[in-house]
Amino acid sequence: MERHILVVFPHPDDESFGVSGTLAMFAEQGVPITYACLTLGEMGRNMGIPPFANRETLPSIRKKELEDACRVIGIHDLRLLGFRDKTVEFEDEELLTDRISAIIAETNPSLIITFYPGYSVHPDHDACGAAVIRAVERMPKEKRPVVHCVAFAKNCEKEIGKPNIVRDVSAVIDKKIAAIQAHRSQTEGLMKAATKYGGDAITRFKTERFWTFKW
Amino acid sequence: MQPIHMEEVQKALNRFTNQDVYLHLETTNGAYASHHNEGFFAAGAYIRNGRIRFSRAKIAGKGPYRVGLKLDFGWVYAEGLTDWEVTDTEQLLLAGHDYEGKLAVALQLSYEPF
Repeated sequence: MERHILVVFPHPDDESFGVSGTLAMFAEQGVPITYACLTLGEMGRNMGIPPFANRETLPSIRKKELEDACRVIGIHDLRLLGFRDKTVEFEDEELLTDRISAIIAETNPSLIITFYPGYSVHPDHDACGAAVIRAVERMPKEKRPVVHCVAFAKNCEKEIGKPNIVRDVSAVIDKKIAAIQAHRSQTEGLMKAATKYGGDAITRFKTERFWTFKW
Repeated sequence: MQPIHMEEVQKALNRFTNQDVYLHLETTNGAYASHHNEGFFAAGAYIRNGRIRFSRAKIAGKGPYRVGLKLDFGWVYAEGLTDWEVTDTEQLLLAGHDYEGKLAVALQLSYEPF
């Protein structure tokens, strides 16, 4: 049984695609979850036909979607850190690390979930994961929480091996799909495509993979 | 946003000439473009709240449209613009949406920082 889970991702919807099944399962067991979301996904590009959003209104739409997704998953502590989408890698590394360290100190998690730095495709993902690793590295070894990383770069298995945790989340697949659908501005088109292609796309959602970070 | 109406956009652009205004300009292929297609060369550029002053502004093209702003010492332009909007605070938002409704380019002007 985990004491507390801290999730750190840069964009609203990162939690829903990669780890919402895992989180929903822990939430059902009564494990408290804190989600630190670095940005509001201000640079999202899906505006719809005809457009339902513009560059200036998108952040508030995505904030609401994120809150809805958290409710579905069972996350009751959402922290919005106020960085800006696509700028995380350019931020002051110390500042990022300090912000995450403060949340770790406050919530005292037994498990942290984030992106695997260098293997997560989007520059914000890699920078976010790197900041979390730096924050945990500051702690004495015996006090460090376990860190589970999500990776999906094409070369990741070749370079960091196979994920050591492969979790079947089919028991909570309805919650996971509802969480993904909550991010309507980002996922509506994708979910339509998934339904069209049927089985395969949905099957992929039923498994979540993590690499335990080794110090 | 609404599909661009050239005359209306031209009038809106004219209202920003010869004064300090704030510019938001971006273009992107999305962060996953070269993940999904290794042969794709992803590029983008972004400026938010750049303060500029231009003496001349013009919309051109037959749709998608192009907009050029003539600065005292240079130019700003964007192409691929399809939609527009003037907000409650008089910001002029111009955007180019691709065939899937994705934002490909944005050029926005405001009297106050965005």
